[in-house]
Amino acid sequence: MIRIDAVTKRYPDGTVAVDRLSLDIPDRAITVLVGPSGCGKTTTLRMINRMVEPTEGSILLDGRDIRQQPVNALRRSMGYVIQNAGLFQHRTIVDNIATVPRLLGWGRQKARTRAAELMERVGLDTSLAKRYPYQLSGGQQQRVGVARALAADPPVLLMDEPFSAVDPVVRKGLQDELLRIQNELGKTIVFVTHDIDEAIKLGTTVAVLRTGGRLAQFAPPAELLSAPADPFVEDFLGADRGIRRLSFFSSTGLELQTGPVVPLDADAERLAAGAPAPYRLVTDADGRPLGWWGAPDELTGGRIDRDRLLPYGRPFLPGTDSLRTALDGAVLSPSGWAVAVDGEGRAVGVVSQQVIGEAIRAAHGEDRQDAKAER
Amino acid sequence: MNGFFDIPSDLQYGYFGLIGLHLREALLPVLAGLLVALPVAQLCVRFRWLYAPVFGVTTVLYAVPSLAFFVLLIDYTGMTETTVMIPLAVYSLVVLVPAIVDGVRSVPPETLAAATAMGLGPVRRYLQVQLPIAVPTIIAGLRVAAVSSISLVSIGMLIGNQGALGNLLNDAQIYHRPPLAVNSVLTTAVLGILVDAALVLVRTLLTPWMPRKGAVR
Repeated sequence: MIRIDAVTKRYPDGTVAVDRLSLDIPDRAITVLVGPSGCGKTTTLRMINRMVEPTEGSILLDGRDIRQQPVNALRRSMGYVIQNAGLFQHRTIVDNIATVPRLLGWGRQKARTRAAELMERVGLDTSLAKRYPYQLSGGQQQRVGVARALAADPPVLLMDEPFSAVDPVVRKGLQDELLRIQNELGKTIVFVTHDIDEAIKLGTTVAVLRTGGRLAQFAPPAELLSAPADPFVEDFLGADRGIRRLSFFSSTGLELQTGPVVPLDADAERLAAGAPAPYRLVTDADGRPLGWWGAPDELTGGRIDRDRLLPYGRPFLPGTDSLRTALDGAVLSPSGWAVAVDGEGRAVGVVSQQVIGEAIRAAHGEDRQDAKAER
Repeated sequence: MNGFFDIPSDLQYGYFGLIGLHLREALLPVLAGLLVALPVAQLCVRFRWLYAPVFGVTTVLYAVPSLAFFVLLIDYTGMTETTVMIPLAVYSLVVLVPAIVDGVRSVPPETLAAATAMGLGPVRRYLQVQLPIAVPTIIAGLRVAAVSSISLVSIGMLIGNQGALGNLLNDAQIYHRPPLAVNSVLTTAVLGILVDAALVLVRTLLTPWMPRKGAVR
């Protein structure tokens, strides 16, 4: 565990970057420091590997003051990922990744083998190994940055706005990749960002800092969304807190109806069986959804007219996706019902907004009970 | 060729001997200048306030005529190659110090921060990150310094036969042999072009990591 204990950073000109900050950063989880510019989040991160020395207070790593070991040894035991990757432009990708292992005295061959291994882990083609950074896209460079930080298998990973300079699509890919890698490796990650959505997506716990380097709230993302500590946090979280919080509720318990799901060649009798739902979800021969049939009683020449089907929004995977995805699907669909599919995209049932609404109320109830139990 | 390559014996060297002497007198000072400029530039990077005064001093030194240097130096180093080379080395600083400072400063801050964060100490950071990335800018400075030094060597004829190819200009006058002057000018120019080309080649070999023209991402 990294314990930040009443740390203050005051610069000679009197500016206070971090003000009596105390945080317990748990092992094997992602802790996000988030806040507006000037809130001291990067300064805090850089105090953990002593790129910035605190004016007051101390930082303990597994109970030991970080000032007790040589600074370069400390830094080599912590991976560091920075905005724009900060790759060594004069070294090949494989040599960039092998930097820390080489510093730790590994042989060239061993370090390169390890680098190739890491390229695969972060989703880079090993054919890029001999390329130079300028030959890679921004997203690929950032992947190299992550691989380089992981090279010597450090227990701690410090990430300073690593994904803020890439476009939103690439950023989402990198975030998903980070969560996947974290699932496999279980590092202690401290992640700095100014993007609250990124914080909520990645963080196990999120520390919201306010300008002047003071802690506003330190809580898991769901709690942040449901109970912001003060108007500053509430304002920083932005609109749609309620909807965004649904991301943390599982869609597992939703009761799916299969009656309204009918094949394209269904006859009048089969359509009628779907009542009382006002719409029927029509599927192709493989069971994949095609669209909603809005007039169960009318058939054109005894058949469903494929051209008159209504769009069915975005389907969700029950259990995997959250209530937010399910509700989104229901809201997008003109019928007001969400479509549930399995991993292959075959419709497994439909669920109405009312049922999702009840599930949301139930989830709130459970959440409150959990909170009570914790106290 | 009407004695174009027929070098008068008072110069004590043949044509190729003069070329060798010329290159030595021109390039050794640049090398010495580089060795002085590297630490000076690093100090200027480390202590920002130092750069302006250092730049001022090198500029003033560049403005001192070679003849004045010769007068000062002749008591100590006599009428020798060294007397010619010391001012040339001093002159090279005006180009080399800014080139190295710019080169080292051109290293992106996030690259430097990443190097620090990975546990590279100041020496490793300088040798393994800053200096290699500064190579293209340093070589650009060396090209200017080397070519200007090659043209300046001729001034050594003022202290008696120390101007290498420049001495041909003097001989052209005393012996009324204008072709010698043409030879001097042409050979000096060709040397300049060849040395410049050599430095471009060195840069190409040292920086496979630079985006090349026509390179695709």
